[in-house]
Amino acid sequence: MIEKLSIQLVKHKLPLMIAVAVIALAFPWIVTSRYVMRIAILCLMYCMLAVSLNLMTGVLGQMSFGHAAFWGIGAYTSAILAKNLGFNGIGCLLAAAVIAGLFGLILSLPVMKLKGYYFTIVTMVFCQIIRVIEINWMDLTNGPLGIMAIPRLDLFGFEVSSQRASFYTILVLVALTTWIVHKVVHSRMGYAIQAVRDDDLAAGAMGINVFKYKVSAIVIASMLAGVAGGFYSLYSSYIDPSIFTNNASNNMLVMVIFGGLGNMFGSFLGATVLTVLPEVLRGFSEYRQLIYGALLVVLMLVRPEGLFGSVNFKYIGQRLSLQKEAKTKKGGKRHA
Amino acid sequence: MLLQQIINGITIGSTYALVAIGFTMIFGVLELTNFSNSSLYMFGAYVTWLLYAGTGMNFFVAFALSIVITGVLGWSIDRFALRQLRKKHAPKLSGLITTLGMSMVIDNAIMVFCGTDSKMFENFLDFGSVHIGSAVVTWTQIIILIVACVLMIALSIIVYRTKIGKAMTAIAQNQDAAKLMGIDTNRVISLTFIISGFLACIAGTMVAMYYRSIDTAMGSSIGTKIFASAILGGVGILPGAVVGGIVLGVVETMVSAYISSGYRDAISFTILILVLLVMPNGLFGKKAINKV
Repeated sequence: MIEKLSIQLVKHKLPLMIAVAVIALAFPWIVTSRYVMRIAILCLMYCMLAVSLNLMTGVLGQMSFGHAAFWGIGAYTSAILAKNLGFNGIGCLLAAAVIAGLFGLILSLPVMKLKGYYFTIVTMVFCQIIRVIEINWMDLTNGPLGIMAIPRLDLFGFEVSSQRASFYTILVLVALTTWIVHKVVHSRMGYAIQAVRDDDLAAGAMGINVFKYKVSAIVIASMLAGVAGGFYSLYSSYIDPSIFTNNASNNMLVMVIFGGLGNMFGSFLGATVLTVLPEVLRGFSEYRQLIYGALLVVLMLVRPEGLFGSVNFKYIGQRLSLQKEAKTKKGGKRHA
Repeated sequence: MLLQQIINGITIGSTYALVAIGFTMIFGVLELTNFSNSSLYMFGAYVTWLLYAGTGMNFFVAFALSIVITGVLGWSIDRFALRQLRKKHAPKLSGLITTLGMSMVIDNAIMVFCGTDSKMFENFLDFGSVHIGSAVVTWTQIIILIVACVLMIALSIIVYRTKIGKAMTAIAQNQDAAKLMGIDTNRVISLTFIISGFLACIAGTMVAMYYRSIDTAMGSSIGTKIFASAILGGVGILPGAVVGGIVLGVVETMVSAYISSGYRDAISFTILILVLLVMPNGLFGKKAINKV
């Protein structure tokens, strides 16, 4: 069923993309509820995180249980810079990206030596380390109390204070993220990264610089997560260490795997569904998490590879265009 | 002072070790990061508490019953979810997400049923304490360490010396080939899950007695440490899990006693990363051969 759906998606790619863009642009004018707007904004932010994590987990194949660490680093960087040093919005987001990228670089250095699960556990532990630092470095992060009254995001002198403006900001950021990741994946670098994922020894033997591509993929992913964090702290104007936990990391990974590893569209869908689902289940109050967990298990049983894990949109597109070509050739002969 | 710290560290470490054995066993057979292990640990402690405090039965009967119940729960995680995934030849990641979902279900079921406040837990192993030099060792601490070691030895014998252990190793290497050799893979894997349930329950109850209280967060708070202990010793290696757990516990108490209690986890985890940089396969791990 998903296969048929994805063929339809590829067939009507252009109109669908235009429709999505129009809906996204019109969304804040249609919906007036602050609650729904907030969820939509968070949803887009999670899309950004899921897409960046997908670059690391799906494309590079290094499973990470510590993506929330980069998110948190970005959030703290921009919060501290905006509040204490009066940086403007663009500066904050850029600094968040740079600092998160630096930490990504530090984390990626053991990558060459550690394989598979060892790396996975190191990311998990890394997330814990960052969180402990956030809790304990009172002078910088204000400890468990968190940072309050973070100035709003301002872009070129305009303060982004309304929900609508925040929505458009994150929309632009998501579009940028998607563009960057798409460009990376469908470039020489992306093919090299995928070769490293499939077999790093063979890739190395082919002359691919395994170290360089592993490190750069992780750094790009962590930078994007840092930007998402920077946006989050300026948007919510309050952060504390209890947000950037291992649970948050797990949630991000679940979004990616739910949507399908290596598939950007899947990540969008995963992030959206898994952000909206807990809100829909809010009516069940205390049973909410229980139902969420059970649904997760059921979904994995029904579709173990994730929703779009086994779908390759590029391949479908190529096949469709070949079929079309064959058809027109046939048709041409008949006329002659 | 130093001796006392080391003893306390070993006790905390042996509680990590108890849970880490179950985790590393499943990892060794299935290469599955079992997130539900720490939930089973919490579940086991709660079931013991419910049985002896709720119905007033003898503690040791309650403990035995609870071990069986947790084992059954461990079995059902495999039977009703993971076995279906194996049948479909699903990627390993889906198993991980499944255990994550199961862990959420178990945690929240207990939370809904028992509430989130911490409960008093009586210590039935309180036989006083022994003085070694200036240090004080309670019998509870000694018993926890002994139980961890006995279980490690017993399981090591099962895994490395018996036929069923051979079957486990065979499944770990290649499930399909093991099946062709006439091994009932589902049965062996079920048994592994049952054993890990037993271990989780024993560990949960022992730790509950040591701290004299239980709460629903006890599983998630120990989660990362279990993974860290197992990785430190080398995943899939039973003595490695025990040594890794004890080393982690000792390092933790040393750090909190002499350096900083706030940064305890950060420093001990940094040490873990550094150890892995020197020994990428853990303390006891064999060097894996890379093949193209």
